[in-house]
Amino acid sequence: MTIQTSLGRRSFLVKTAAVVGGLSLGFRIPADDDAAEAAEIKEINAWVVIHPDDKVVIRIARSEMGQGTLTGLAQLVAEELECDWSKVTTEFPTPGENLKRKRVWGEMGTGGSRGIRTSHQYVREGGAAAREMLIAAAAAEWKVPASECTAANSVVTHTASGRKLGYGQLAMAAAKLDPPNAVKLKDPKDWKLIGKPLKRLDTLDKLTGKQVYGIDMRLPGMLIATIKACPVHGGKLKSFDAAKVEKMPGVKKVVPVDGNAVAVVADTYWNAHTALAALPVEWDAGKLGQVQQDDVTAMLKEGLDANEAFIGNKAGDAKATIAGAAKKVEATYKFPWQAHACMEPMNATALYTPEKCEVWCGTQNGEAALAAAAEAAELPVSKCEAYKLILGGGFGRRGRADYVRQAVLIAKQMPGTPVKMIWSREEDMTQDSYHPTTMCKMTAGLDAENKLVGLHVRISGQSILAALSPQSLENGMDSRVFQGFMPGGPEAAYGYTVPNLLIDHAMRNPHVTPGFWRGVNTNQNAIYMECFMDEVAEAAGQDPLDFRLKMLKPKYAAVLKATADKAGYGKKLPDGHFHGLAQIMGYGSYVAGIAEISVSNDGVLKVHKITAGTDPGYGVNPWLIDRQVAGSFVYGLSASLYGEITIKDGAVEQTNFDSYNVMRMDEMPEVETVLVPSGGFWGGVGEPTIAVAAPAVLNGIYKATGKRIRELPLMNHDLRKGA
Amino acid sequence: MAVLNVNGKSLEANADARTPLLWVLRDTLGLTGTKYGCGIAQCGACTVLIDGVATRSCQVPLNSVGRKKITTIEGLAQDSKLTKIQQAWLELDVPQCGYCQSGMIMAATALLAAKPQPTDADIDAAMTNICRCGTYKQVREAIHAAAKA
Ligand code: FES
Ligand code: FES
Repeated sequence: MTIQTSLGRRSFLVKTAAVVGGLSLGFRIPADDDAAEAAEIKEINAWVVIHPDDKVVIRIARSEMGQGTLTGLAQLVAEELECDWSKVTTEFPTPGENLKRKRVWGEMGTGGSRGIRTSHQYVREGGAAAREMLIAAAAAEWKVPASECTAANSVVTHTASGRKLGYGQLAMAAAKLDPPNAVKLKDPKDWKLIGKPLKRLDTLDKLTGKQVYGIDMRLPGMLIATIKACPVHGGKLKSFDAAKVEKMPGVKKVVPVDGNAVAVVADTYWNAHTALAALPVEWDAGKLGQVQQDDVTAMLKEGLDANEAFIGNKAGDAKATIAGAAKKVEATYKFPWQAHACMEPMNATALYTPEKCEVWCGTQNGEAALAAAAEAAELPVSKCEAYKLILGGGFGRRGRADYVRQAVLIAKQMPGTPVKMIWSREEDMTQDSYHPTTMCKMTAGLDAENKLVGLHVRISGQSILAALSPQSLENGMDSRVFQGFMPGGPEAAYGYTVPNLLIDHAMRNPHVTPGFWRGVNTNQNAIYMECFMDEVAEAAGQDPLDFRLKMLKPKYAAVLKATADKAGYGKKLPDGHFHGLAQIMGYGSYVAGIAEISVSNDGVLKVHKITAGTDPGYGVNPWLIDRQVAGSFVYGLSASLYGEITIKDGAVEQTNFDSYNVMRMDEMPEVETVLVPSGGFWGGVGEPTIAVAAPAVLNGIYKATGKRIRELPLMNHDLRKGA
Repeated sequence: MAVLNVNGKSLEANADARTPLLWVLRDTLGLTGTKYGCGIAQCGACTVLIDGVATRSCQVPLNSVGRKKITTIEGLAQDSKLTKIQQAWLELDVPQCGYCQSGMIMAATALLAAKPQPTDADIDAAMTNICRCGTYKQVREAIHAAAKA
């Protein structure tokens, strides 16, 4: 088996070969023997390569981390290419190639559910341009006008004469042609592949152990490192006593990293791990080492009533309206830090020489990985390369390149030797960039007719951008804090019409690093808004669904209504079962969820079913969307049930799955996806639905128990009646 | 130097006696299909069969293995012919990122060997592996499908 991790002749190929002692991965740098092969394999354009045997290789710029974007993007290209789907394979161009070719593949970053929605246009155009070139090549061969030829199923046909040529036969000639100036994309009603539940292209190797993740990388002469950074984020490495462990089995070197971490390089992970555990290390955490969880809570609480705040959405005069309202409702909510806990811990392999630096890693942002490698290596980007491997989970965590930087800084201290750096699960959990922690004070005013006339949403807490991307702040404001609450726009607009509205954010940044975590700020914002809407509906004496539908804009209302209908909302449920609902717009899609739950007499919650509605504009692959929706609920509900990172003496207390529990098979609810694509826009799929699971469940719990849970995780609450 | 019986072959493993089997497989023998997820018996990503029993290899020191028969994910398909469990996984497209799936498939293999027609409760009890992508629904369906095949 050959896995091509990059492009053409300049690429590295990872080859697996059976050797005595099992499978090993050998590496070779393609040399002249590949030139002959390369001469026959023609790139039609940046997106499409066609082999003489008709095999179609579609290039995928985005990262595949399980979400299925590789398959969805290939469908988009293949739709316009008119190729035989059974002949399609894919490959990842490298970030270095992208830069060399003036970013012909556009953005490689894969986060914010953007994989398809921000590239559907140009990848389809890439497929269409290649098709036109193949048709033109056939027309030239037959000396007929291209307009008399059609393409379908990897074959060009001259309609009048019935002559046919396969794409494999035409590729060589087509590749020499100039690309068309403009192409016309198909009308969505003519789509044959887009919208179809096609199977994934990347399943087989994941069933046989052959799939190579970053952690599986092997290079000749490679050593393995593991690392420990100061347990208090922002703290420093003071000293370590290498002599104590240098003689331990397999240990090659003990190295400081970036002034805040130390790594052991050894022949195997276990030897590196054992030596690192035995290494005496002193940290300097300064004052941060005295910060306790209560200090963080106090900091956030203070922001709830602070005078100054960034305004994210405003209409009329919310404060005055609420002050003069017939009825006032108020509640304060709190959302904890949560870890990503990707199944594959962070890792990267680096090979550094003074002339060149290369890294191999799973990353959601190949170009950021390349930039991090170049910066750490202190080499120009043109002398560096990053090879993207399949990710064992990303969820936002692998959009950061901190681990790539560390791997390069270690490899730099061993020039010429490839080093694979692997984080232990403990390192992964304590050096994460966590779902940000916030609190929220919700205040509503109802008029005499029980209409919601004023609403103030005061968020207090962490900004991801302030920590990870301060250059993206707008006059100090992090607009992403308002996901789902924005005044308009195609991304995350607020769905309710409330005449007097104020949504503002008092930024309070504790020292623990926050990060993008599947769903990001829609997670807590959906809880704040949707749980509180139930509270307000109750104060208004109305059913939560009716109350919402009166205020929701049409697309929001349509999805919520479709979901409620499908779930049988309002109809009789089995004894002891209750429905809770929630909706939001995120990542360009409108979503809603209805949870059916019960709480036993001894307080055990069971989520029986979640009906999930989503309107992503177009649904490229319903089979994969279904899996993303169900998967998002597992991720979101895991966090709602158990997810809580706390600190003690400035350091994260949870270290592994024994102290940071996640959902297992026995807790998995039935999930029914209601896909209602209304067309005309392209929304995301990987993230949006995650946000509705928790508030829908919480609203159901209230109906079952009379308890308003305003702080997660649920494991901290006693759900027994009367308790 | 230990000699292990892995996937029907005798393989020499030169590693410290206390090294967990997981790392012997991955680093010494190059069998990287078996995954590291937690190192503390929580996640099941490292599951292999030892004399047919699903075992979390991160908890098995090399010197406890002897000549017991070890089967890893690489040892399931014979001459590229998938087992009926792998086949069911393929037909239902179970994996998302796939990282947990070696462990899932090994655990399911042991389950079906012991209980050819498992109930949902049997599946819940045997399949305690963690999947962060949330493939639980498909894993359950695939086990039932394989049981019928
Ligand atoms: S790595 Fe062995 S159970 Fe998680
Ligand atoms: S498929 Fe990704 S962890 Fe299970």
